Amino acid sequence: MPEQVAAGHQETPAQEVGDFLRRRREQIAQRWADAALFRTVFTVSREEAVEAGRAVVEALAAVAAAERVEEQEADGFSVVREQLARMAASRSRAGSTNSQISVEVDALRMPVVDLLIAELEGRPAEDVRDCTTALTVLMGTLRLVVLETLLSAGQELINRQHLQLLEVATPVIKLWEGIVAVPLIGTLDSARSQVVMETLLDSIVEQHARFAILDITGVPTVDSLVAQHLMKTVAAARLMGAECIVSGIRPAIAQTIVHLGIDLGTVKTQASLADALGYALRKQGAHIVPQDPHHAGSR
Amino acid sequence: MQTAGGVSACLPIHSDLDLVWVRQHVRQAAAQLGFGLVAQTKLVTAASELARNTLVHGGGGQMECAPVSRGGGQGLRLSFSDEGPGIPDLDQALRDGYTSGEGLGMGLGGARRLVHEFHVDSRQGRGTTVTVTSWVSGPPRPREEQ
Ligand SMILES: Nc1ncnc2c1ncn2[C@@H]1O[C@H](COP(=O)(O)OP(=O)(O)OP(=O)(O)O)[C@@H](O)[C@H]1O
Ligand SMILES: [Mg+2]
Repeated sequence: MPEQVAAGHQETPAQEVGDFLRRRREQIAQRWADAALFRTVFTVSREEAVEAGRAVVEALAAVAAAERVEEQEADGFSVVREQLARMAASRSRAGSTNSQISVEVDALRMPVVDLLIAELEGRPAEDVRDCTTALTVLMGTLRLVVLETLLSAGQELINRQHLQLLEVATPVIKLWEGIVAVPLIGTLDSARSQVVMETLLDSIVEQHARFAILDITGVPTVDSLVAQHLMKTVAAARLMGAECIVSGIRPAIAQTIVHLGIDLGTVKTQASLADALGYALRKQGAHIVPQDPHHAGSR
Repeated sequence: MQTAGGVSACLPIHSDLDLVWVRQHVRQAAAQLGFGLVAQTKLVTAASELARNTLVHGGGGQMECAPVSRGGGQGLRLSFSDEGPGIPDLDQALRDGYTSGEGLGMGLGGARRLVHEFHVDSRQGRGTTVTVTSWVSGPPRPREEQ
Protein backbone atom coordinates (compact mmCIF):
# COMPACT_ATOMS: atom_id res chain seq x y z
CA MET A 1 0.00 0.00 0.00
CA PRO A 2 2.27 2.73 -1.25
CA GLU A 3 -0.25 5.51 -0.53
CA GLN A 4 0.40 4.83 3.17
CA VAL A 5 3.69 6.64 2.79
CA ALA A 6 2.32 10.12 2.39
CA ALA A 7 4.45 12.60 0.52
CA GLY A 8 6.33 15.02 2.70
CA HIS A 9 5.84 12.89 5.77
CA GLN A 10 8.17 9.95 5.94
CA GLU A 11 7.10 7.27 8.44
CA THR A 12 9.79 5.68 10.56
CA PRO A 13 10.21 1.90 10.21
CA ALA A 14 8.66 1.42 13.66
CA GLN A 15 5.59 3.42 12.71
CA GLU A 16 5.30 1.52 9.49
CA VAL A 17 5.42 -1.75 11.47
CA GLY A 18 2.70 -0.31 13.71
CA ASP A 19 0.48 0.33 10.68
CA PHE A 20 1.21 -3.09 9.31
CA LEU A 21 0.28 -4.79 12.59
CA ARG A 22 -2.96 -2.90 12.80
CA ARG A 23 -3.90 -3.73 9.22
CA ARG A 24 -3.00 -7.39 9.53
CA ARG A 25 -4.26 -7.87 13.06
CA GLU A 26 -6.85 -10.47 12.14
CA GLN A 27 -4.52 -12.51 9.97
CA ILE A 28 -1.75 -12.51 12.59
CA ALA A 29 -4.14 -13.48 15.37
CA GLN A 30 -5.41 -16.37 13.24
CA ARG A 31 -1.86 -17.60 12.66
CA TRP A 32 -0.96 -17.27 16.31
CA ALA A 33 -3.99 -19.24 17.37
CA ASP A 34 -2.25 -22.26 15.85
CA ALA A 35 1.08 -21.55 17.54
CA ALA A 36 1.97 -23.66 20.57
CA LEU A 37 1.69 -20.84 23.09
CA PHE A 38 -1.90 -19.91 22.24
CA ARG A 39 -3.07 -23.39 21.31
CA THR A 40 -2.01 -24.93 24.59
CA VAL A 41 -3.31 -22.12 26.80
CA PHE A 42 -6.72 -21.70 25.16
CA THR A 43 -7.81 -25.27 24.90
CA VAL A 44 -11.51 -24.62 25.20
CA SER A 45 -12.12 -22.69 22.01
CA ARG A 46 -10.03 -21.43 19.16
CA GLU A 47 -11.99 -18.20 19.10
CA GLU A 48 -10.62 -17.42 22.56
CA ALA A 49 -7.09 -17.89 21.30
CA VAL A 50 -7.78 -15.60 18.34
CA GLU A 51 -9.32 -13.02 20.64
CA ALA A 52 -6.29 -13.09 22.91
CA GLY A 53 -4.02 -12.87 19.87
CA ARG A 54 -5.86 -9.79 18.60
CA ALA A 55 -5.28 -8.04 21.91
CA VAL A 56 -1.57 -8.78 21.80
CA VAL A 57 -1.23 -7.59 18.18
CA GLU A 58 -3.14 -4.43 19.09
CA ALA A 59 -0.75 -3.79 21.97
CA LEU A 60 2.31 -4.38 19.79
CA ALA A 61 0.91 -1.98 17.19
CA ALA A 62 0.50 0.70 19.84
CA VAL A 63 4.05 0.19 21.08
CA ALA A 64 5.42 0.36 17.54
CA ALA A 65 3.39 3.45 16.67
CA ALA A 66 4.85 5.15 19.73
CA GLU A 67 8.31 4.15 18.49
CA ARG A 68 9.10 2.37 21.71
CA VAL A 69 9.87 -1.06 20.29
CA GLU A 70 12.76 -1.59 22.69
CA GLU A 71 10.96 -0.64 25.87
CA GLN A 72 9.36 -3.23 28.09
CA GLU A 73 7.71 -0.45 30.01
CA ALA A 74 5.98 1.02 26.95
CA ASP A 75 2.36 1.94 27.68
CA GLY A 76 1.08 -0.33 24.97
CA PHE A 77 2.16 -3.42 26.90
CA SER A 78 0.29 -2.52 30.05
CA VAL A 79 -3.03 -3.46 28.41
CA VAL A 80 -1.95 -7.04 27.77
CA ARG A 81 0.55 -7.57 30.57
CA GLU A 82 -1.96 -9.33 32.78
CA GLN A 83 -3.18 -11.51 29.95
CA LEU A 84 0.40 -12.42 29.02
CA ALA A 85 1.14 -13.18 32.64
CA ARG A 86 -1.84 -15.51 32.83
CA MET A 87 -0.83 -17.29 29.65
CA ALA A 88 2.75 -17.68 30.82
CA ALA A 89 1.61 -18.87 34.25
CA SER A 90 -0.65 -21.42 32.66
CA ARG A 91 2.25 -22.81 30.61
CA SER A 92 4.48 -22.86 33.61
CA ARG A 93 1.91 -24.76 35.66
CA ALA A 94 1.61 -27.25 32.86
CA GLY A 95 5.28 -27.96 33.46
CA SER A 96 7.07 -25.74 30.94
CA THR A 97 10.32 -24.15 32.06
CA ASN A 98 10.91 -20.45 31.58
CA SER A 99 13.22 -21.07 28.65
CA GLN A 100 10.67 -23.33 26.96
CA ILE A 101 8.09 -20.59 27.33
CA SER A 102 10.57 -18.11 25.95
CA VAL A 103 11.00 -20.31 22.90
CA GLU A 104 7.22 -20.49 22.46
CA VAL A 105 6.98 -16.71 22.53
CA ASP A 106 9.82 -16.49 20.06
CA ALA A 107 7.92 -18.83 17.74
CA LEU A 108 5.32 -16.09 17.31
CA ARG A 109 7.88 -13.96 15.51
CA MET A 110 8.33 -15.83 12.22
CA PRO A 111 4.70 -15.84 11.06
CA VAL A 112 4.57 -12.07 11.50
CA VAL A 113 7.92 -11.43 9.87
CA ASP A 114 6.88 -13.57 6.90
CA LEU A 115 3.72 -11.53 6.49
CA LEU A 116 5.63 -8.29 6.71
CA ILE A 117 8.18 -9.33 4.11
CA ALA A 118 5.41 -10.44 1.77
CA GLU A 119 3.75 -7.10 2.20
CA LEU A 120 6.94 -5.12 1.55
CA GLU A 121 7.54 -6.85 -1.75
CA GLY A 122 8.87 -4.43 -4.33
CA ARG A 123 10.13 -1.94 -1.77
CA PRO A 124 13.86 -1.06 -1.57
CA ALA A 125 15.93 -3.65 0.28
CA GLU A 126 16.89 -1.05 2.84
CA ASP A 127 13.26 -0.40 3.83
CA VAL A 128 12.62 -4.12 4.10
CA ARG A 129 15.63 -4.52 6.35
CA ASP A 130 14.74 -1.59 8.58
CA CYS A 131 11.15 -2.70 9.03
CA THR A 132 11.99 -6.33 9.74
CA THR A 133 14.59 -5.19 12.23
CA ALA A 134 12.06 -3.00 14.01
CA LEU A 135 9.59 -5.87 14.11
CA THR A 136 12.22 -8.33 15.34
CA VAL A 137 13.26 -5.97 18.13
CA LEU A 138 9.60 -5.49 19.05
CA MET A 139 9.01 -9.25 19.25
CA GLY A 140 12.15 -9.58 21.37
CA THR A 141 10.74 -7.02 23.76
CA LEU A 142 7.48 -8.97 23.92
CA ARG A 143 9.51 -11.99 24.92
CA LEU A 144 11.14 -10.01 27.73
CA VAL A 145 7.76 -8.75 28.93
CA VAL A 146 6.49 -12.33 29.17
CA LEU A 147 9.63 -13.53 30.95
CA GLU A 148 9.38 -10.70 33.41
CA THR A 149 5.84 -11.72 34.35
CA LEU A 150 7.13 -15.25 34.93
CA LEU A 151 9.89 -14.05 37.21
CA SER A 152 7.60 -11.86 39.27
CA ALA A 153 5.08 -14.72 39.44
CA GLY A 154 7.88 -16.90 40.79
CA GLN A 155 8.56 -14.34 43.46
CA GLU A 156 4.86 -14.18 44.27
CA LEU A 157 4.77 -17.95 44.63
CA ILE A 158 7.63 -17.81 47.09
CA ASN A 159 5.79 -15.15 49.06
CA ARG A 160 2.67 -17.27 49.05
CA GLN A 161 4.52 -20.32 50.26
CA HIS A 162 6.12 -18.25 52.94
CA LEU A 163 2.70 -17.05 54.03
CA GLN A 164 1.45 -20.60 54.17
CA LEU A 165 4.39 -21.58 56.33
CA LEU A 166 3.61 -18.79 58.70
CA GLU A 167 0.06 -20.00 58.84
CA VAL A 168 1.16 -23.41 59.95
CA ALA A 169 2.67 -21.98 63.09
CA THR A 170 -0.44 -22.46 65.15
CA PRO A 171 -0.08 -21.53 68.77
CA VAL A 172 -2.02 -23.34 71.43
CA ILE A 173 -2.78 -20.94 74.24
CA LYS A 174 -3.43 -21.91 77.81
CA LEU A 175 -6.33 -19.71 78.87
CA TRP A 176 -6.88 -21.11 82.34
CA GLU A 177 -5.99 -24.14 84.34
CA GLY A 178 -7.35 -27.00 82.26
CA ILE A 179 -8.50 -24.83 79.36
CA VAL A 180 -6.55 -24.47 76.09
CA ALA A 181 -7.45 -22.56 72.95
CA VAL A 182 -6.31 -22.38 69.33
CA PRO A 183 -7.17 -19.25 67.41
CA LEU A 184 -7.28 -20.38 63.79
CA ILE A 185 -6.42 -17.81 61.18
CA GLY A 186 -6.43 -18.25 57.42
CA THR A 187 -6.87 -21.30 55.27
CA LEU A 188 -7.55 -24.60 56.93
CA ASP A 189 -6.37 -27.03 54.31
CA SER A 190 -5.67 -30.68 54.96
CA ALA A 191 -2.00 -30.28 55.82
CA ARG A 192 -2.60 -27.42 58.17
CA SER A 193 -5.56 -28.96 59.96
CA GLN A 194 -3.43 -32.01 60.58
CA VAL A 195 -0.89 -29.78 62.31
CA VAL A 196 -3.64 -28.06 64.29
CA MET A 197 -5.10 -31.35 65.41
CA GLU A 198 -1.72 -32.72 66.51
CA THR A 199 -0.61 -29.65 68.41
CA LEU A 200 -3.98 -29.40 70.09
CA LEU A 201 -3.98 -33.04 71.17
CA ASP A 202 -0.40 -32.71 72.45
CA SER A 203 -1.26 -29.71 74.54
CA ILE A 204 -4.36 -31.39 75.91
CA VAL A 205 -2.10 -34.08 77.28
CA GLU A 206 0.58 -31.66 78.47
CA GLN A 207 -1.76 -29.25 80.14
CA HIS A 208 -4.13 -31.90 81.45
CA ALA A 209 -6.76 -29.83 79.71
CA ARG A 210 -10.41 -30.75 80.08
CA PHE A 211 -11.53 -28.10 77.60
CA ALA A 212 -10.15 -27.19 74.20
CA ILE A 213 -11.46 -24.20 72.30
CA LEU A 214 -11.10 -23.94 68.53
CA ASP A 215 -11.75 -20.35 67.57
CA ILE A 216 -12.48 -19.92 63.86
CA THR A 217 -13.09 -16.16 63.81
CA GLY A 218 -10.11 -15.83 61.45
CA VAL A 219 -11.11 -18.60 59.05
CA PRO A 220 -12.64 -16.96 55.96
CA THR A 221 -14.35 -19.98 54.45
CA VAL A 222 -15.87 -23.04 56.08
CA ASP A 223 -16.61 -25.60 53.40
CA SER A 224 -17.26 -29.30 53.76
CA LEU A 225 -13.55 -30.12 54.06
CA VAL A 226 -12.97 -27.57 56.81
CA ALA A 227 -16.11 -28.75 58.60
CA GLN A 228 -14.88 -32.31 58.35
CA HIS A 229 -11.54 -31.33 59.86
CA LEU A 230 -13.26 -29.53 62.70
CA MET A 231 -15.43 -32.52 63.44
CA LYS A 232 -12.46 -34.88 63.36
CA THR A 233 -10.53 -32.65 65.74
CA VAL A 234 -13.49 -32.46 68.08
CA ALA A 235 -13.88 -36.24 68.02
CA ALA A 236 -10.17 -36.78 68.66
CA ALA A 237 -10.14 -34.33 71.58
CA ARG A 238 -13.12 -36.17 73.02
CA LEU A 239 -11.18 -39.41 72.88
CA MET A 240 -8.45 -37.71 74.89
CA GLY A 241 -11.00 -36.87 77.53
CA ALA A 242 -11.38 -33.21 76.67
CA GLU A 243 -14.47 -31.38 75.57
CA CYS A 244 -13.92 -29.34 72.43
CA ILE A 245 -15.78 -26.11 71.80
CA VAL A 246 -15.84 -24.33 68.45
CA SER A 247 -16.22 -20.58 68.77
CA GLY A 248 -16.29 -17.62 66.43
CA ILE A 249 -18.68 -18.93 63.80
CA ARG A 250 -19.77 -15.70 62.14
CA PRO A 251 -23.44 -15.31 61.08
CA ALA A 252 -22.68 -15.46 57.34
CA ILE A 253 -20.72 -18.66 57.88
CA ALA A 254 -23.42 -20.17 60.08
CA GLN A 255 -26.01 -19.60 57.34
CA THR A 256 -23.70 -21.03 54.71
CA ILE A 257 -23.01 -24.17 56.74
CA VAL A 258 -26.74 -24.76 57.04
CA HIS A 259 -27.28 -24.43 53.26
CA LEU A 260 -24.31 -26.63 52.61
CA GLY A 261 -26.17 -29.25 54.60
CA ILE A 262 -23.52 -29.90 57.19
CA ASP A 263 -24.71 -30.91 60.60
CA LEU A 264 -22.48 -29.54 63.31
CA GLY A 265 -25.03 -30.79 65.83
CA THR A 266 -22.50 -32.99 67.60
CA VAL A 267 -20.14 -30.06 68.06
CA LYS A 268 -20.48 -27.70 70.99
CA THR A 269 -20.43 -24.16 69.65
CA GLN A 270 -20.23 -20.76 71.29
CA ALA A 271 -20.56 -17.35 69.68
CA SER A 272 -17.22 -15.95 70.77
CA LEU A 273 -13.97 -17.05 72.36
CA ALA A 274 -15.07 -15.20 75.52
CA ASP A 275 -18.35 -17.11 75.59
CA ALA A 276 -16.48 -20.37 75.12
CA LEU A 277 -14.14 -19.53 78.00
CA GLY A 278 -17.12 -18.59 80.19
CA TYR A 279 -18.80 -21.88 79.33
CA ALA A 280 -15.68 -23.90 80.14
CA LEU A 281 -15.10 -22.05 83.41
CA ARG A 282 -18.68 -22.61 84.54
CA LYS A 283 -18.45 -26.28 83.69
CA GLN A 284 -15.27 -26.48 85.75
CA GLY A 285 -17.26 -25.12 88.64
CA ALA A 286 -15.81 -21.62 88.64
CA HIS A 287 -18.25 -18.88 89.47
CA ILE A 288 -18.20 -15.86 87.28
CA VAL A 289 -19.90 -13.10 89.17
CA PRO A 290 -20.82 -10.09 87.12
CA GLN A 291 -19.78 -6.90 88.81
CA ASP A 292 -22.62 -5.28 90.70
CA PRO A 293 -24.09 -2.76 88.28
CA HIS A 294 -24.27 -0.11 91.08
CA HIS A 295 -20.63 -0.44 91.90
CA ALA A 296 -19.67 -0.62 88.25
CA GLY A 297 -21.47 2.63 87.61
CA SER A 298 -19.86 4.48 90.51
CA ARG A 299 -16.30 3.61 89.52
CA MET B 1 -15.50 -1.45 31.97
CA GLN B 2 -12.79 -1.02 34.51
CA THR B 3 -14.58 -3.22 37.00
CA ALA B 4 -15.25 -6.04 34.54
CA GLY B 5 -11.50 -6.50 34.07
CA GLY B 6 -11.10 -7.38 37.72
CA VAL B 7 -14.05 -9.76 37.71
CA SER B 8 -13.39 -11.79 34.57
CA ALA B 9 -10.62 -14.28 34.91
CA CYS B 10 -9.50 -17.77 34.14
CA LEU B 11 -7.72 -19.38 37.08
CA PRO B 12 -5.85 -22.67 37.02
CA ILE B 13 -6.77 -25.35 39.54
CA HIS B 14 -3.82 -27.66 40.02
CA SER B 15 -2.95 -27.43 43.70
CA ASP B 16 -4.27 -26.62 47.15
CA LEU B 17 -2.68 -23.22 46.75
CA ASP B 18 -4.74 -22.58 43.63
CA LEU B 19 -7.87 -23.18 45.72
CA VAL B 20 -6.83 -20.30 47.95
CA TRP B 21 -6.52 -18.16 44.85
CA VAL B 22 -9.91 -19.24 43.53
CA ARG B 23 -11.63 -18.38 46.80
CA GLN B 24 -9.91 -15.04 47.01
CA HIS B 25 -10.77 -14.14 43.45
CA VAL B 26 -14.42 -15.11 43.80
CA ARG B 27 -14.73 -13.18 47.04
CA GLN B 28 -13.25 -10.04 45.47
CA ALA B 29 -15.29 -10.38 42.28
CA ALA B 30 -18.52 -10.87 44.25
CA ALA B 31 -17.76 -7.91 46.50
CA GLN B 32 -17.00 -5.77 43.47
CA LEU B 33 -20.34 -6.64 41.90
CA GLY B 34 -22.13 -5.67 45.11
CA PHE B 35 -22.95 -9.05 46.65
CA GLY B 36 -23.73 -8.80 50.36
CA LEU B 37 -21.63 -10.57 52.96
CA VAL B 38 -23.83 -13.64 53.28
CA ALA B 39 -24.20 -13.97 49.50
CA GLN B 40 -20.44 -13.61 49.09
CA THR B 41 -19.78 -16.27 51.67
CA LYS B 42 -22.23 -18.66 50.02
CA LEU B 43 -20.71 -18.19 46.58
CA VAL B 44 -17.14 -18.50 47.84
CA THR B 45 -18.04 -21.68 49.71
CA ALA B 46 -19.71 -23.16 46.63
CA ALA B 47 -16.63 -22.22 44.58
CA SER B 48 -14.40 -23.87 47.15
CA GLU B 49 -16.37 -27.12 46.93
CA LEU B 50 -16.48 -27.18 43.15
CA ALA B 51 -12.84 -26.20 42.72
CA ARG B 52 -11.82 -28.95 45.12
CA ASN B 53 -13.86 -31.46 43.16
CA THR B 54 -12.13 -30.26 39.98
CA LEU B 55 -8.79 -30.82 41.70
CA VAL B 56 -9.48 -34.05 43.59
CA HIS B 57 -11.90 -35.91 41.32
CA GLY B 58 -11.19 -34.24 37.98
CA GLY B 59 -7.41 -34.30 38.32
CA GLY B 60 -7.14 -30.53 37.95
CA GLY B 61 -8.56 -27.98 35.55
CA GLN B 62 -9.62 -24.38 35.67
CA MET B 63 -12.22 -21.90 36.79
CA GLU B 64 -13.61 -19.22 34.57
CA CYS B 65 -15.25 -16.29 36.24
CA ALA B 66 -17.39 -13.74 34.43
CA PRO B 67 -19.97 -11.12 35.29
CA VAL B 68 -23.39 -11.66 33.71
CA SER B 69 -26.53 -9.61 33.43
CA ARG B 70 -30.09 -10.58 32.65
CA GLY B 71 -33.31 -8.65 32.91
CA GLY B 72 -31.47 -5.74 34.51
CA GLY B 73 -29.98 -7.97 37.20
CA GLN B 74 -26.26 -8.41 37.77
CA GLY B 75 -24.68 -11.72 38.57
CA LEU B 76 -21.53 -13.76 38.66
CA ARG B 77 -21.00 -16.92 36.67
CA LEU B 78 -18.35 -19.45 37.63
CA SER B 79 -17.43 -22.37 35.47
CA PHE B 80 -15.24 -25.21 36.74
CA SER B 81 -13.92 -27.57 34.14
CA ASP B 82 -11.65 -30.56 34.06
CA GLU B 83 -10.78 -33.34 31.68
CA GLY B 84 -11.07 -36.06 34.26
CA PRO B 85 -13.11 -39.25 34.37
CA GLY B 86 -16.50 -37.51 34.38
CA ILE B 87 -19.39 -38.27 36.73
CA PRO B 88 -21.01 -41.57 35.80
CA ASP B 89 -24.18 -41.10 37.84
CA LEU B 90 -25.07 -37.48 38.46
CA ASP B 91 -28.12 -38.13 40.65
CA GLN B 92 -26.02 -40.29 42.89
CA ALA B 93 -23.19 -37.73 43.00
CA LEU B 94 -25.63 -34.99 43.98
CA ARG B 95 -27.08 -37.04 46.82
CA ASP B 96 -26.01 -35.79 50.22
CA GLY B 97 -23.53 -38.12 51.79
CA TYR B 98 -22.49 -39.87 48.61
CA THR B 99 -18.76 -39.88 48.09
CA SER B 100 -16.50 -42.05 45.97
CA GLY B 101 -13.59 -40.98 48.14
CA GLU B 102 -13.43 -40.16 51.79
CA GLY B 103 -15.16 -36.80 51.86
CA LEU B 104 -18.44 -36.03 53.54
CA GLY B 105 -20.13 -36.21 50.16
CA MET B 106 -21.76 -32.86 50.75
CA GLY B 107 -19.80 -30.81 48.23
CA LEU B 108 -21.78 -31.08 45.02
CA GLY B 109 -25.27 -31.06 46.53
CA GLY B 110 -24.24 -28.37 49.00
CA ALA B 111 -22.84 -26.17 46.25
CA ARG B 112 -26.12 -26.51 44.37
CA ARG B 113 -28.02 -25.21 47.39
CA LEU B 114 -25.65 -22.27 47.78
CA VAL B 115 -26.17 -20.78 44.31
CA HIS B 116 -29.12 -19.66 42.20
CA GLU B 117 -28.34 -21.62 39.06
CA PHE B 118 -26.44 -24.86 38.79
CA HIS B 119 -25.57 -26.89 35.75
CA VAL B 120 -23.42 -29.96 35.30
CA ASP B 121 -22.10 -31.10 31.96
CA SER B 122 -20.20 -34.33 32.32
CA ARG B 123 -19.12 -36.94 29.86
CA GLN B 124 -17.68 -40.20 30.92
CA GLY B 125 -13.97 -40.30 30.22
CA ARG B 126 -14.04 -36.78 28.78
CA GLY B 127 -14.39 -34.49 31.74
CA THR B 128 -16.77 -32.41 33.78
CA THR B 129 -17.87 -28.80 33.68
CA VAL B 130 -19.95 -27.40 36.50
CA THR B 131 -21.36 -23.92 35.87
CA VAL B 132 -23.02 -21.91 38.60
CA THR B 133 -24.53 -18.45 38.64
CA SER B 134 -25.65 -16.27 41.49
CA TRP B 135 -27.42 -12.95 41.23
CA VAL B 136 -26.71 -9.89 43.33
CA SER B 137 -30.38 -9.29 44.11
CA GLY B 138 -31.72 -12.80 43.67
CA PRO B 139 -32.61 -14.44 40.35
CA PRO B 140 -34.00 -11.81 37.92
CA ARG B 141 -37.21 -13.71 37.20
CA PRO B 142 -38.77 -16.77 38.71
CA ARG B 143 -36.67 -19.57 37.35
CA GLU B 144 -37.55 -20.46 33.82
CA GLU B 145 -36.02 -22.81 31.34
CA GLN B 146 -34.36 -21.00 28.48
N1 LIG C 1 -15.28 -32.93 38.75
C1 LIG C 1 -15.58 -34.19 39.05
N2 LIG C 1 -15.11 -35.21 38.29
C2 LIG C 1 -15.43 -36.50 38.58
N3 LIG C 1 -16.21 -36.87 39.62
C3 LIG C 1 -16.72 -35.91 40.41
C4 LIG C 1 -16.44 -34.52 40.18
N4 LIG C 1 -17.10 -33.80 41.11
C5 LIG C 1 -17.74 -34.69 41.90
N5 LIG C 1 -17.53 -35.97 41.48
C6 LIG C 1 -18.07 -37.19 42.06
O1 LIG C 1 -19.18 -36.84 42.85
C7 LIG C 1 -19.03 -37.33 44.18
C8 LIG C 1 -19.72 -36.38 45.13
O2 LIG C 1 -19.05 -35.13 45.17
P1 LIG C 1 -19.12 -34.26 46.49
O3 LIG C 1 -18.35 -33.01 46.26
O4 LIG C 1 -20.56 -34.12 46.84
O5 LIG C 1 -18.43 -35.17 47.57
P2 LIG C 1 -16.89 -35.44 47.85
O6 LIG C 1 -16.06 -34.52 47.02
O7 LIG C 1 -16.63 -36.88 47.68
O8 LIG C 1 -16.75 -35.04 49.38
P3 LIG C 1 -16.79 -33.58 50.02
O9 LIG C 1 -17.99 -33.52 50.90
O10 LIG C 1 -15.53 -33.45 50.79
O11 LIG C 1 -16.89 -32.59 48.90
C9 LIG C 1 -17.54 -37.43 44.38
O12 LIG C 1 -17.20 -38.34 45.39
C10 LIG C 1 -17.09 -37.88 43.00
O13 LIG C 1 -17.25 -39.25 42.84
MG1 LIG D 1 -16.31 -32.47 46.98
